[in-house]
Amino acid sequence: MTLHALWTAFCTIVLREIRRFTRIWPQTLLPPAVTMTLYFIIFGNLIGSRIGEMGGFDYMQFIVPGLIMMAVITNSYANVVSSFFSMKFQRSIEELLVSPVPNWTILAGYVAGGMARGLSIGLVVTLLSLAFTRLSIHSLPMVVMTVFLTSALFSLGGFINAMLATKFDDISIVPTFVLTPLTYLGGVFYSIDMLPGFWQGVSMANPILYMVNGFRFGILGVSDVNPFVSLGMILVFIVLLATIALRMLARGKGIRH
Amino acid sequence: MTYALEIEGLVKSYSSGFQALKGIDLQVQEGDFFALLGPNGAGKSTTLGIVSSLVNKSGGRVKVFGHDIDTELSAAKLNLGVVPQEFNFNQFEKVFDIVTTQAGYYGIPLKQARISAEKYLRKLGLWDKRDTPSRMLSGGMKRRLMIARALVHEPRLLILDEPTAGVDIELRRSMWQFLEEMNRQGTTIILTTHYLEEAEALCRNIAIIDHGEIIRHTSKRELLKQLSVETFVLDLEQPVDAAPELEGFHCELNDDGALEAEVAKGQGLNALFVELEKQGIKVISMRTKANRLEELFVRMVEDNARETNRQAEVTA
Repeated sequence: MTLHALWTAFCTIVLREIRRFTRIWPQTLLPPAVTMTLYFIIFGNLIGSRIGEMGGFDYMQFIVPGLIMMAVITNSYANVVSSFFSMKFQRSIEELLVSPVPNWTILAGYVAGGMARGLSIGLVVTLLSLAFTRLSIHSLPMVVMTVFLTSALFSLGGFINAMLATKFDDISIVPTFVLTPLTYLGGVFYSIDMLPGFWQGVSMANPILYMVNGFRFGILGVSDVNPFVSLGMILVFIVLLATIALRMLARGKGIRH
Repeated sequence: MTYALEIEGLVKSYSSGFQALKGIDLQVQEGDFFALLGPNGAGKSTTLGIVSSLVNKSGGRVKVFGHDIDTELSAAKLNLGVVPQEFNFNQFEKVFDIVTTQAGYYGIPLKQARISAEKYLRKLGLWDKRDTPSRMLSGGMKRRLMIARALVHEPRLLILDEPTAGVDIELRRSMWQFLEEMNRQGTTIILTTHYLEEAEALCRNIAIIDHGEIIRHTSKRELLKQLSVETFVLDLEQPVDAAPELEGFHCELNDDGALEAEVAKGQGLNALFVELEKQGIKVISMRTKANRLEELFVRMVEDNARETNRQAEVTA
């Protein structure tokens, strides 16, 4: 395929993904907006007003970057895992498999589709947060890089999950039992400085902590970890997961007999 | 000569040890209308699955218009359109979107994809349904949608795995006409079917596969020459209550009241008409019963099964 043909194929996958999640917006776009609004009201306004400051900022300002990141992570992941698994389930994945689209373009297309949803939700949550607090940006490049790379990373995670899944239960196990606990324990609602030494050490093994803090540094200028270490870790995980996903595609894991 | 499809020593083994294909060889010439026949589980869909990259092969070589799928997969796929046995499109997407999206996968820009999609949706009588979600279509429409989707990038080789399964007779005939037209315009067509009447009506060359082996690969004409007996259906001027006793011929009445007469090779039709004349039976029209291929197919598969059993007994 020529470069132009590859670009057309890539755009086709991305546009189909965008068409999918906008077609079912009550399932994809609305729920995170409602959930995050509740978080802002309950944790930010009602409880946050009694907590006081954290990391030198009022509690609402402190949790906003983490909540934006949480929305980006869960939606990037959910979009790819549900879309790709549905295609496997309906066998419409065969439309792609018989076509000349190379594996890396298929992967890039799905990741970009996941990012489109994750970043759209991130934008919606950011706009909603402005109704509750004022946001200033400490480092725009850091904000952009962290949110884009994190979204790409969790889109890759969703893709691998979908490749491995054989039934619908399999696509909810990771988000429920891995992603959600790691996100909640990743410093969204608190600074790890508040934890005893041992639990601080345990928290440092949570990759989501680095992403939340990298993004928080971009917005507030404060972080529990070095933001450049955060970026480095995200990049390493992206390379690792992309390699795994491409190898699975080449072997046809779960999609070819 | 460049073949539309060239298969050499194709093997498919599963981890259970089951060998679905035992090193088959197959060539399909450019412009051919080719049938791959065989009983259920013979290896037809596995063969076509490997050609269309839906199944991983265990050994052997496959070339599509000279492009080896191991080394030039992209070029091979560009020449190939696939209509699978089971519906495999997104049930929630609209008809037009399904076809244009498929064109996009082949690198066709949206503007051109829309033109091509309209062309094939119109040809297949689906243009009025273009904005309908695919799950709302009837079974026959879904089959035609898969054909339109397979053709949208104008492939030189079209593979159809049981394209008329579950389709009513009228629609089947219109699909035959469409496929014949595509073949006349230069598209090489390979189909598998359980309707042997379909293969007899459409195809020029035939391969019969059984237990993962090609047991026959020849032209339809050569295959039909092997028939020792041919059955003719005779419509009579006056209906008869029972099949007449004709010297040298076996006759039966079919469900429509027409007379079916078996004529052995070399017997000639004149002798049949002489016998009918003797009994005062007048024939107003006559046609060949379209089950010749079926007779041969059943016989070959049975012979192959007997041979397999015999070899198994010898080995034991």
